[in-house]
Amino acid sequence: MENNNIQGLLKKYWNQNVLIMVILLSLWALAGLGAGILFVDWLNLFKLPTTGFPLGFWFAHQGSIIAFVLLILIYCLLMNYLDSKYHSDLNRFQNNK
Amino acid sequence: MSVLAWTYLFIGFTFALYVSIAWLSRVRDTKGFYVAGQGVPALANGMATAADWMSAASFISMAGLISTMGYAGGVYLMGWTGGYVLLALLIAPYLRKFGHYTVPDFIGDRFESNIARLVAVVCAIFVSFTYVAGQMRGVGVVFSRFLEVDINVGVIVGMAIVFIYATLGGMKGITWTQVAQYWVLITAFLIPAIAISIRLTGHFLPQIGLGSTLITNDAGMQEIYLLEKLNHILVDIGFDPYTATFVGKWDKVNVTLVALALMVGTAGLPHVIVRFYTVKTVKAARWSAFWALFFISLLYLTAPATAAFSRYFMIESLNGKTAQELPVWFKNWEKTGLILWLDNGDGKVNYSAGQDNEIFRSGNIPTRELTNITQAHNQWLTSNGSSGTEGRTILRQAGLSGPDRDIIVLATPEMAELANWIIALVAAGGLAAALSTASGLLLVVSSSVAHDVYYRIINPAATEKQRLRVGRIVIGIAVVIAGLFGIYPPGFVSQVVAFAFGLAAASFFPAIVLGIFSKRLGTIPAVCGMIVGIGFTAFYIIATVFFQMDLWTFGVAKHGVDPQGIGTVGMLLNLIVTVSLKQFFPEPSMKTQNLIDSIRAPETTSS
Repeated sequence: MENNNIQGLLKKYWNQNVLIMVILLSLWALAGLGAGILFVDWLNLFKLPTTGFPLGFWFAHQGSIIAFVLLILIYCLLMNYLDSKYHSDLNRFQNNK
Repeated sequence: MSVLAWTYLFIGFTFALYVSIAWLSRVRDTKGFYVAGQGVPALANGMATAADWMSAASFISMAGLISTMGYAGGVYLMGWTGGYVLLALLIAPYLRKFGHYTVPDFIGDRFESNIARLVAVVCAIFVSFTYVAGQMRGVGVVFSRFLEVDINVGVIVGMAIVFIYATLGGMKGITWTQVAQYWVLITAFLIPAIAISIRLTGHFLPQIGLGSTLITNDAGMQEIYLLEKLNHILVDIGFDPYTATFVGKWDKVNVTLVALALMVGTAGLPHVIVRFYTVKTVKAARWSAFWALFFISLLYLTAPATAAFSRYFMIESLNGKTAQELPVWFKNWEKTGLILWLDNGDGKVNYSAGQDNEIFRSGNIPTRELTNITQAHNQWLTSNGSSGTEGRTILRQAGLSGPDRDIIVLATPEMAELANWIIALVAAGGLAAALSTASGLLLVVSSSVAHDVYYRIINPAATEKQRLRVGRIVIGIAVVIAGLFGIYPPGFVSQVVAFAFGLAAASFFPAIVLGIFSKRLGTIPAVCGMIVGIGFTAFYIIATVFFQMDLWTFGVAKHGVDPQGIGTVGMLLNLIVTVSLKQFFPEPSMKTQNLIDSIRAPETTSS
């Protein structure tokens, strides 16, 4: 019984891990391949407000890189939160035994 | 003090610094030698990874490449940074949890096969040597341009320095040296960019300057955005606009494929992956991926600004000028052959995309032949065409129109009229970028041979002392081979770099990611996938680059798929083969399944 619960906890942790990953990788594709390449011509119809950057060009040369740095930052914060939540769940479970 | 004196001072000082760091962090065991004792803090590992990653090419050539490619240069910017997201989310934390020393080690253990291990070793060594050849050459080039010594002398000095700190300190020595090298190279890159940004746009941050209006001297003149103005003048002299998308061979298909291949290849490069073995915990591995990209982005966000500023500045300060009016930087760099002026007789410079272009580079033409060409050209000029030969046609047909792209970074400090010591700092920065990458790659070669082949296959009973000795000997041999590549560069180095990324994308990346995320995946499908991926990628690159095979269009790319982007197709083939064969072969042993469970689980202690 105890083993089952730990297994369940691990499974939940893994599923949440994969969910975080899939969401962040979709944003990765959207920022880099989407805004920087596939939709660049459409975005170039606009300008980054208050600057001379055509928006698509800005994404290809600046915006995508900034997005990549932020995505890894969000990943670190979410995974550290998930790790600590797992540890507190595990502790509570072992104390309730 | 002269530029030369400053350069000697900076190079002497930084080299002394690197060697002292190596002496302070010398190691006595294999764990220290291969993975720095797994005690590197995340922040330091981020800096080391950044220096490891940013090569002589990133530092010296990338801004120049972007400056001639305009929008399409973004494939390098996005490709070489986007890979870190894949690395951070799909690879780094899991391989750290696995906790061994090398990438082939993971492949061999996960797929329970020494064949897989050997395939991985061969790829790792091939990728590393391909890359390292360019670095040693870069060291020689910086020496020859700034210190006016022979390229070979520069290569040998570089070899000696890497030899000392890599054999003494292994990964530990390399790591702490790379931290120092990061600061040298980033300072050297940022100062000229900031200076030229202030000069052209009045903005301190180059990233904002790039999107701003130009400073105008006349009060009555209308303000115009730098990018807009750059587009105008490029079109005036016959080039495509700087921000124009999908020009020529860089159609949408190629831009996408090349960007993806570089991203996936980055995430599969062994010298980057091993850096994540050197930290204490999985949490630290995640943070070091963040710090790595953060520190890399400081250079990668600045390079496009330097690229556009210098392109604009170069055209504005050359076109229409007479020999007396030409700026000092032009005269200095003319000596190196990076930029040449062959006049049509009107006494004024004309840099353009057409037949009337007068700005060239010497490329690989030997000095004596170049002197002949320029003398014949001068005779042609003075005799009004009755004798001598026009040099411009010769150079144009040799594909040498326009300045060498390296001049963009190398001459920026002089364009911005910065002090001599900053020009010298750029030399030290270029060396730091080349040496840090070279040492990281040589360590991969050493650990692949000494750990994966010698210890894991040939002599599993080897003692700690024997293994360390073999590691040091291999790194010594690797330094010498790398140096020979630098002195006798194989003519195809630049094309082969595409190969390194293609192979990493088609072999390591799918094998590692599927190895972690598919528990059911057995040995045979994975090995088949790797062989198909590598085989296809290698075939396409070798056939198109060396045997003039026509580029394949796959029915979508009008101009054919660039060899740099073929790694994406190779990776997809690998994935398809592996996944479709998976169900027909037995699942891995219980031991391996437990291994996968353990690398997926959170760390047992919260430390």
